[in-house]
Amino acid sequence: MAETILEVSHITKEYKEGQPVLDDLSLEVHKGEVVVIVGPSGCGKSTLLRTMNALEPIQKGKITYRGQEIRPDAKNITELRQKIGMVFQSYDLFPHKTILENVTLAPVLVQKRNKAEVEEEALKLLDRVNLADRKDDYPRQLSGGQKQRVAICRALAMHPEVMLFDEVTAALDPEMVREVLDVMLELAKQGNTMVIVTHEMAFAKAVADRVIFIDQGKIVEEGNPIDFFEHPREERTRKFLNTFSYNKVEKEAE
Amino acid sequence: MSIDTMISYLPLYWKALILTLRIGWMGIVLGIALGLVVALIQHFKIPVLRQIAVVYIELIRNTPLLVQLFFLYYALPRLGLKIDAEACGVLGLSLHGGAYMAEVFRSGLDGVPAIQAQSALALGMTRGQAIRKVILPQAISTSVPAFVANIIFLLKETSVFSAISLMDLMFTAKDLIGLYYTTIECLVLLVIFYLLMLLPVSIIGSIVERKVRYAGFGD
Amino acid sequence: MRDLGIDILFKGVNFQRLLEGLWVSMRISLISVAISIVLGLLIGALMTLKNPVIKVITRIYLEIVRIMPQLVLLFIVFFGTTRVLGINIDAEYASIIVFSFWGTAEMGDLVRSALISIPRHQYESAAALGMNRLQTFQKIILPQTLRRLIPNSINLITRMIKTTSLVMMIGVVEVLKVGQQIIEANRTTDPNGAFVVYGAVFVLYFIACWPISMLARYLEKRWN
Repeated sequence: MAETILEVSHITKEYKEGQPVLDDLSLEVHKGEVVVIVGPSGCGKSTLLRTMNALEPIQKGKITYRGQEIRPDAKNITELRQKIGMVFQSYDLFPHKTILENVTLAPVLVQKRNKAEVEEEALKLLDRVNLADRKDDYPRQLSGGQKQRVAICRALAMHPEVMLFDEVTAALDPEMVREVLDVMLELAKQGNTMVIVTHEMAFAKAVADRVIFIDQGKIVEEGNPIDFFEHPREERTRKFLNTFSYNKVEKEAE
Repeated sequence: MSIDTMISYLPLYWKALILTLRIGWMGIVLGIALGLVVALIQHFKIPVLRQIAVVYIELIRNTPLLVQLFFLYYALPRLGLKIDAEACGVLGLSLHGGAYMAEVFRSGLDGVPAIQAQSALALGMTRGQAIRKVILPQAISTSVPAFVANIIFLLKETSVFSAISLMDLMFTAKDLIGLYYTTIECLVLLVIFYLLMLLPVSIIGSIVERKVRYAGFGD
Repeated sequence: MRDLGIDILFKGVNFQRLLEGLWVSMRISLISVAISIVLGLLIGALMTLKNPVIKVITRIYLEIVRIMPQLVLLFIVFFGTTRVLGINIDAEYASIIVFSFWGTAEMGDLVRSALISIPRHQYESAAALGMNRLQTFQKIILPQTLRRLIPNSINLITRMIKTTSLVMMIGVVEVLKVGQQIIEANRTTDPNGAFVVYGAVFVLYFIACWPISMLARYLEKRWN
């Protein structure tokens, strides 16, 4: 098996004592693997993703990136975060920066890379998501789907070793979901390591190497996408998957 | 109304205007700096300092500048802290302005969504870099209208300086009215000189506001 | 402990005089606020009209009030009227005139922005439910407008009270002036009087304004 990049071991996270959002949860992410996390709203899947980037403190357990602990107060946290790219649900582009500046800001500021070089690379990235011609626009002039594609470029420009996607299509209009998912499918095809939280089940099935179902802060079931979606073992998984299908309406007799 | 009288008063008013501007701008600039610091303390919930900030803001915002100046100028010397009228004017205005500016910046800071700071951190920025490059620019630009309104408010507040015997525009006008009974001339000059001081700020302010609101960030 | 000289406050009728001075300030502000609210509602409603003449006039009025310090307006009314009209106007009346002139503009602007802040779809959904104009205004628009308006109007009261401190500069004997008189009268016996008396004036203003500010903030949080 490929080397382990992220290791989550026995973590517990609670906002109020005695009410864990994540409950003694463990998980490994290996190089080149695409892990998709699904589960009902409020199950803790987004929180889990946020703890992997030290945006939320945890009360118990340990999260490591290549053996180095990820904590909000870790000394080398900014270096670790550079290795872990993240894209959020809301369009969180910096509104006061142009599209190009959004992508180049962190590489120049944080990694002290050469500006011209970073710009050249940023344009290549934007070109891959068909937005190179919008480089001088501001985020407000873009649609939600376009903004999300820029946000992906912004994370990629840091050359992360793993990418975290937190329900990146949940706030998008239906017709824009596809353009964002296509970018992610392309990244998966190139062998990038990704952890994806999503509600798009068809996409999950297509992109995942491994699907994890979380409910009430615990992993209920995990497996390869075919087994998971077609032969779920657990009752709770079946119930969850059923919420995505509808029965044909039968009109009541008058 | 005698134009000659008014012309003969011009140098006195001019001197008074310079004094008002000098004290006013110094006080306002210091007030902005103080307000920014207090707003950052409140936004980032720094313990102890945060409680002090609340007391400071409430005390200043719920009492008149005139009373604050009287206290600084007449009462503090009794405790052995003697400062001259001009320094007192600057100090009073900056303490006053600090409390009002703090509220402006704080609501600007609170208006920046939390996700902005998080995505800056997720890109590997330090807290300082995130504040400087991502949070402050956005907070300041949304604060512009309230900021401009407060500068005008503070410049208007300088009109009470005469109470601590600073020879500002009000002092000059009152003095000349008392001496020569040239009431109309003095009042007309008073209005003209306040317009001279405040109109440019108001006009520049509304231009900046429009720029930020319409051109800013590509809207 | 060193004697701070608090007793100057309670010597004779000193404290009572300070309170009477405070009442003068409160009286001027409350009367001015009452006038400002009534006239402000009118002006504010006028400002939402599309009539260009009304627009220009109200705009000029608002700008004058925005730009001129209240003290300048006080000087103009107090000193100017005596000179031009030959009538001797009482300083307290002059104050009420000026503060009402100022307050009406501020209140009018608050009313205007509260009225225009109600989104269009509120009118539209009321219409879609078959309400007529009066019903829409009464049941849908007015309650929302008031919720936006009331906290800001309460804030106007504290601003008014604070601004009344200016009236001492045209000779109204309010709390700060009374304080000054007390300090003068006790200069020889109580050289440290200034600290205690101005401190007391500071506290009195704070006690008058702070609860009102808190109320405004509470209502704003609860309603918005």
